[in-house]
Amino acid sequence: MAAIELRDVRKVYPGGVEAVKGVSLDIADGEFLVLVGPSGCGKSTLLRMVAGLETISAGMASIGGRVVNTLEPADRDIAMVFQNYALYPHMSVRQNLQYGLKNRKMEKAEIARRVAEAAEILQIAPFLDRKPRQLSGGQRQRVAMGRAIVREPSAFLFDEPLSNLDAKLRVQMRGEIRRLQRTLGTTSLYVTHDQLEAMTLADRLVVLNGGLVEQVGTPMELYERPASVFVASFIGSPSMNLIGIGSGAIEGLTGLGTMPGVPAGRPFTLGVRPEHLDVTEGESTAGEVTLLLTVTNVEVVGAESFVYGRLGGTGPDVAVRVSGYSRLEPGVTLRARARPGALHAFDASTGRRLT
Amino acid sequence: MVENRPWLSVATHVVLIIGLVIVLFPIWVAFVASTHPADRFVSGVVPLLPGTHLIGNYAAVLGEGARQNGLPPVGPMLVNSLVMALGIALGKIAISLISAFAIVYFRFPFRKIAFWIIFLTLMLPVEVRIVPTYQVIANLGMLNSYVGLTVPLIASATATFLYRQFFLTIPDELAEAARIDGAGPWKFLKDIVIPLSRTSTAALFVILFIYGWNQYLWPLLVTTDPDYYTVVMGIQRAARATDQEPLWNLVMAVAMLALLPPVIVVLAMQKLFVRGLVETEK
Amino acid sequence: MAEKRVVFSGWGFPALLLLPQLAITFIFFILPAAQAVRQSFFRADAFGFGERFVGLANYTSLLASADYLQSFVTTLIFSLAVTVLTLVISLAFAAAVDRLIRTSGLYTALMIWPYAIAPAIAGVLWWFMFDPSIGIVAYWLRVGGLSWNHLLDGTDALILVIVASAWRQVSYNFIFFLAGLQSIPRSLHEAAAIDGAGPVKRFFTIVLPLLSPTLFFLIVIDVVYAFFDTFGVIDATTAGGPGQATTTLVYKAYADGFLSQNFGSSAAQSVILTLVVVALTVVQFRFIERRVHY
Repeated sequence: MAAIELRDVRKVYPGGVEAVKGVSLDIADGEFLVLVGPSGCGKSTLLRMVAGLETISAGMASIGGRVVNTLEPADRDIAMVFQNYALYPHMSVRQNLQYGLKNRKMEKAEIARRVAEAAEILQIAPFLDRKPRQLSGGQRQRVAMGRAIVREPSAFLFDEPLSNLDAKLRVQMRGEIRRLQRTLGTTSLYVTHDQLEAMTLADRLVVLNGGLVEQVGTPMELYERPASVFVASFIGSPSMNLIGIGSGAIEGLTGLGTMPGVPAGRPFTLGVRPEHLDVTEGESTAGEVTLLLTVTNVEVVGAESFVYGRLGGTGPDVAVRVSGYSRLEPGVTLRARARPGALHAFDASTGRRLT
Repeated sequence: MVENRPWLSVATHVVLIIGLVIVLFPIWVAFVASTHPADRFVSGVVPLLPGTHLIGNYAAVLGEGARQNGLPPVGPMLVNSLVMALGIALGKIAISLISAFAIVYFRFPFRKIAFWIIFLTLMLPVEVRIVPTYQVIANLGMLNSYVGLTVPLIASATATFLYRQFFLTIPDELAEAARIDGAGPWKFLKDIVIPLSRTSTAALFVILFIYGWNQYLWPLLVTTDPDYYTVVMGIQRAARATDQEPLWNLVMAVAMLALLPPVIVVLAMQKLFVRGLVETEK
Repeated sequence: MAEKRVVFSGWGFPALLLLPQLAITFIFFILPAAQAVRQSFFRADAFGFGERFVGLANYTSLLASADYLQSFVTTLIFSLAVTVLTLVISLAFAAAVDRLIRTSGLYTALMIWPYAIAPAIAGVLWWFMFDPSIGIVAYWLRVGGLSWNHLLDGTDALILVIVASAWRQVSYNFIFFLAGLQSIPRSLHEAAAIDGAGPVKRFFTIVLPLLSPTLFFLIVIDVVYAFFDTFGVIDATTAGGPGQATTTLVYKAYADGFLSQNFGSSAAQSVILTLVVVALTVVQFRFIERRVHY
């Protein structure tokens, strides 16, 4: 078990493309850290540099206090779970689990003990002698996990391990991975593009954008105080409503006074989450921010519905969460009230948080 | 088929039966000829049904009887052919596999040059460089030897490209997983790549075995000692053993023995054979 | 050139892995090729003691030689005939087998035999059938009123080697045509049938155009085969005769160099043949490139 430390890590490809532009992170011993961001944000590259599958162009990476920049992947005491599992197709499950240990010249008895233990934890004992192609997606996923566990490494590296599973299995395996990591207490670095996966798994999560860290924090910190428009729109689903506020009044928006941290008269981006808007019948009272929407579309999910409408009839699209079944028809006008304290303000040009 | 037209079905079968006759008739005639005594071929028409001398004729060509009739014995020639076919097939597979592995899984300064040098061999079949190649073999003292029969033919652009194509389809993650599992390049080649290439290798082997067995010009160039004749080139010696009409019953027995091994390989491994053909020409 | 994302480091190990292939290529391909180019500019003196530089004389005398030009013509006729015969017959068989559902496997198994048979053996099999004194086909021809003697008649000899060469190549073409035909979706046949196209019309307007990549590919393969791989057929049956009637370019390079020991001329012929191979390879790759861009 070990802490991982990254200091101004950069990746420049031979063509001159800079995929990671200086990232510094401290991952505590036993922590589950999730790297999340859209494709091309550099999250996989960062993970692969920690694994030793990509060279580190500049900066320093250490695992358990040992600088690993020039170490072979096998010497970094890490284990990795791949998106496509990368199980050796010609080997049985048992051979897959054993392969790395045999290469380390571990004793037979110890190998057998570890394989049995991992098989027990992951409930894959019944198919230890099958080939990967005879297994279902979920079972393969477990075997890939097993291959990581038997190594008893100082850190687990996960590269979108659930992306190849169907939605239902993904939720189930997500829970299992979290439980397993808690039980073993192994430091974990987990890459995903799925914000829901990131929120549910992470002790802390790191939002990456264009090779740079946008924000680091616990899931709730990121949800409640997104540091930028990018994080605000990336975390949460449907994403935060963003309304550009200029000097003049906005059609359909009333009650917006001065925002804390925003100099009067300065243009900014107003953010409010769909779940922080309540449909209201009555007139707005003073100090309440109210949005007047012309409904364009209603999505009924079951326990809740999302109502989409144009602000003031012609303005930007705004989503409102309504609990239960919404019977609103397109074309009707809807009045929504923002909950107090649920408003965010971002700089209109840099996108950084102002409040 | 889309519609049912009797005349078309009839035409289909007529075409196919004609096809089968064209394909199989020469082989049948050869087989029949190899079962008759020699005097059956002095004049007149070749019989179309098997005769009674099957065992006698084959025993004659395989044993010493052939020599009495001026033919080199076929038994040793079959052994030579087998050695040559196996040597060429296995040799080509071995050196192509490791070359392709080097080209695909490493980055080194002269990689592209190596690739092009191997590619160049496609443009230089034996047939176009007969005399100088012969001189090289002669200078190296490789005439009349198994080494001379096999080694010069085992460079193979086609097999190297086939392996390269195949390696490119192996997911990168597998190599990464192996690296994390502590496997260096040699272990990765031995434990992962070679086992994964099994089917391609088997298909290639079928094609290359036939290629090696059927070599004609090469053994003609490098062997002058009958002890190293292969059966495919031996057929020419057999057919021209006398200035008269060839001893057709014996020549056809030799031909049957020469064509049987590759035909058996093709029929026994038809799927692999077709796959190998299609893959080597991709 | 497609590349792997992951690679191992170092260059000593890959160099070692490439060594056998490169060494063989150098010793048995590049060295003789260079030697051929050199020899093509020299001529051995009458007593075989030395050689002298003659510039392009070997080439000019080749091009001025009626024999060489004749063998050029022979090669063209031979290659054209083998290619056309092979393509037509194999396409007919493949189209017929493609129509079948249940018995196609059986027909395929029987149809691919000849590919396993060496060209030299194929030549001898057909020689036996066409043998003027006892051959069964020669006998049928006589009964039909046609005289046949490939030992004396140049045209008969050429026909014999063409037939034997094409016979062996049919199975190869058949495999590729059948694969090509089977990759045409059945729904396309059905759509065309609904559009009112009968089976014959469908073959020429739908199937053949879709098969054209396979067709072009096989043309190149068959021409290469006819040029080079038929050496065995010719040497085992007619040995280039009677006269020069079946002497192709490759056979002439062999006969002049190996049998007549005329190294300079043979080397010049080798160089010319190499240029032919290069041209054919370029055509083949051009075509494959185009096919990839479809």
